[in-house]
Formats: sequence, C-alpha cells, structure tokens
Amino acid sequence: MITHTHRPLRVVLYEGSGSIQLPAESRAKVMMALLDKGYTVTRSGLGAPAMPHDERNLLVLGAFEGKAPALEDATGKISIDTCDITGLEPDAILALVDKSRGEKTMNEPGKWKPWFPVIDYSRCTNCMQCLSFCLFDVYGVSDDNKIQVQNNDNCKTNCPACSRVCPEVAIMFPKYQAGPINGDEINENEAGREKIKVDISSLLGGDIYSALKDRSAAAKSRFSKERSPDKALDERKKCLTKLVGDGFIPADVLASLPSTEEILKKAVIAKAKAAAALAAQ
Amino acid sequence: MRIITAHHPFFHPVAQRTNCRDTATSSTTPFLSTPATILYCRCAYAQVVPSGVKNDVLQKLCDSDTSFETVSDLCEMAAHRDPRLQAIASCGSLRIAACFPRAVKGLFQQAGFPLPADTEILNMRTQSAQEIADALLGAPALTAA
Ligand code: SF4
Ligand code: SF4
Repeated sequence: MITHTHRPLRVVLYEGSGSIQLPAESRAKVMMALLDKGYTVTRSGLGAPAMPHDERNLLVLGAFEGKAPALEDATGKISIDTCDITGLEPDAILALVDKSRGEKTMNEPGKWKPWFPVIDYSRCTNCMQCLSFCLFDVYGVSDDNKIQVQNNDNCKTNCPACSRVCPEVAIMFPKYQAGPINGDEINENEAGREKIKVDISSLLGGDIYSALKDRSAAAKSRFSKERSPDKALDERKKCLTKLVGDGFIPADVLASLPSTEEILKKAVIAKAKAAAALAAQ
Repeated sequence: MRIITAHHPFFHPVAQRTNCRDTATSSTTPFLSTPATILYCRCAYAQVVPSGVKNDVLQKLCDSDTSFETVSDLCEMAAHRDPRLQAIASCGSLRIAACFPRAVKGLFQQAGFPLPADTEILNMRTQSAQEIADALLGAPALTAA
C-alpha cells in the first residue's frame, strides 16, 4: 500500500494541430483505460481552460502519424515525453504509459481503497467525541485546537463507526454506500441531531448566543466529568461489538483492536488532548 | 527540440483562450465570463458511482470538443494530500462531476485546499448523465462587469 505518493505523470491527450483527432469513441476508451488504471488525463481540446501544469512529468499522447515532436519545458523543471498513438488500441496505449512511468510507484485501483473520515466543518462543533472514540489514532488536534483527521492510513477499511458517535453528523466516508455518511444531504429529523434548547423569550427579546455558550459549557463539563478508564473501555467495546452485530462495521475491526493496556493508554491521551482543546476554546 | 510552456497549445489549443487563473477583463458591458475548468472524477479506487452514469458522462465529454481534466479518484488524491488538488482549487471557475457535493468539498478542505465557494459540483451518484453533461458543457453565465 502506497498512500503517500504523488502522481508520477500527467498524461495529456493531445488532438491539436500536428495530430489527427481520435474518433470520440476511441477517445473515451483510451481515457477509461488510463483512469481505471489510476492515471489522470488532460484532454486538450477547445473552450474550457486546462488546469495549470504542475511539478509532474508530462506525457503527451497524440496521433502524430509517426512524427511525435521532441519537446522541452521552457522552465527546465519538467521532463516532457511525447508518444505517437496512431492506430493503437487502448491496451497498447496503456502499456506505453506504464513504460513511460517506469519504476515510479503509484496506488493502483483494486489494490487499495481510500477509506478515511472526512469532516464537514460546516457542521462540526469541535466537541472532540470522535477523538475520544477512535482507538486507532486517526484523529488529532490542530495547532489552533481544531479537530483534524491526522492519520488517515490508520483508519480501518469499511469501518465508519466514528460517524455514528458524531452528534452533528459531521463525519463522512465518501466511499460508503448509504447517506448521510456518504456525504448525502442530512435530514435533520432523521439524524436525531441534538438541538439547541432555547427559551422562546430569549429568542424574541434576548440573546441567542447565551444559549450557545451554555451548550458549549455543557459539552465541556461532560468531558471533565471523571469517567473510569475501565468503563470507557467497556463502552467502546460494547459499542463496537454492537456495530459489528448490526453489520455496520466489519468483524476484523474487533480483531484488530489494540491490547487492553494500549486502549487504556490511548483513552487517557485522547481525553487529555480533547480536554486541552476544549479548555482552549 | 521544441520548447513549450504552460501557455502552449498542448494545454490551450485555442489561441485566444484565457489562462485558468485569468480573471475577467474590465469591460463595462455584460460579457461571457471565463469558461469554467471541467473536472471529471472516475471514482476508480472503490466504485461507488454507478458505472453506467460515469461512462456516459465521460463519453459525452469526449463527444464534445471541450478540454477537460480527469482524475482517477479524488478520494485517493485527498488521502495523500496530492498537490494537484491545489492546482484544481486554484482554477477559479470550476465544474466538477463526482459525487455528493458535501463530500467533495470536504475532501478538498481536509487536504488543505478548499474549493472556491461558487464551484459547481455534479453528483454522478444521484443525477442522470444527461443532466450532468448539460451542466458541465453549458455556456458560462452572463455576468455584468
Ligand atoms: S464528533 Fe463530530 S462534531 Fe464532534 S469534533 Fe468530531 S466531527 Fe466534530
Ligand atoms: S470524490 Fe466521490 S466520485 Fe470521486 S472518488 Fe471520491 S467517492 Fe468517488
């Protein structure tokens, strides 16, 4: 698994002057073959602007009829290869691109699934419940005391358990099947979202922000209440076991739990991090 | 050996096309705003987008003359904070065919490169290919200078 690598190539499918236009069907087949193998492709055509080019090497594919031009980057930073694809089938074009990539590594579809939580910051209230819940150190706190996904490689594939503990339905897994975890719009009633309880008179004549402050104080006090580490461990295990039983998370998540000692240690560290971040808010 | 730059026709075959980062000119009459950069996400690493829809959208883009960008999987790029997400987010006007807008925005934000607020995100998990292609390839809105 290579999760921290950059795309080694930017492939450009060139159909401008000096090359022959591909039939639309062939163009789509070539692009599908490259995309499904993990490459990214720029189709150089008309109308819409292309993305600015970046630090990656460029591979320019075109039906140049045997006369692929030799090109050099004006800045000298990027190496440019050109390949003639006249009359080639998608498989042969893919082989050319693989050859041009050489030994440079990249993630390949089918061998690794990008699975990690994505926080919807427009909903997140920074309550830190996800940080306290996750046993695999996926979450952390930023320098400005905000919850962050810091170690997404630690996340257990197909386990969306933390999305269930978020009281704001702010945790998404884009590769999940069902909403709202997959990022679908949230039906506030179904989500059972905790609502701010306000006195109507405070809304009409008073200060709504005092209600928000009270709520944040309540969240802090929930955290500051001493919870026995054993109880916390039990709660997590019970919760995970139930989620496995419901088919919500895969059974191997339970099998890969850290040892009891480690869990207790993690719980203490997570609690301290969460408490410090909440106190600093 | 020929020398090429970011402004070479390999990226911008139409001579008068503005660069992606260019903003509108200071004309006082209404004008067609800079065309949006089109981005298509293939969702190749775990295929949660229906293949019929994503194939049809790509075919319709290929049937047009338009330039467009494609990525194999935005989730995979966000997982390793691929700097190309920054290049995409810096394109100004953007139309993206991927999945739920909340998820796509979240991925860019989490990678450290938030999308511009007016980015149009088309959802291949819920919308039809025709609807998406129309939105991607439609003319940019008329705006006043
Ligand atoms: S549990 Fe939800 S609301 Fe609380 S910090 Fe985590 S993402 Fe934000
Ligand atoms: S952003 Fe959506 S469409 Fe793109 S790879 Fe992720 S889940 Fe798939």
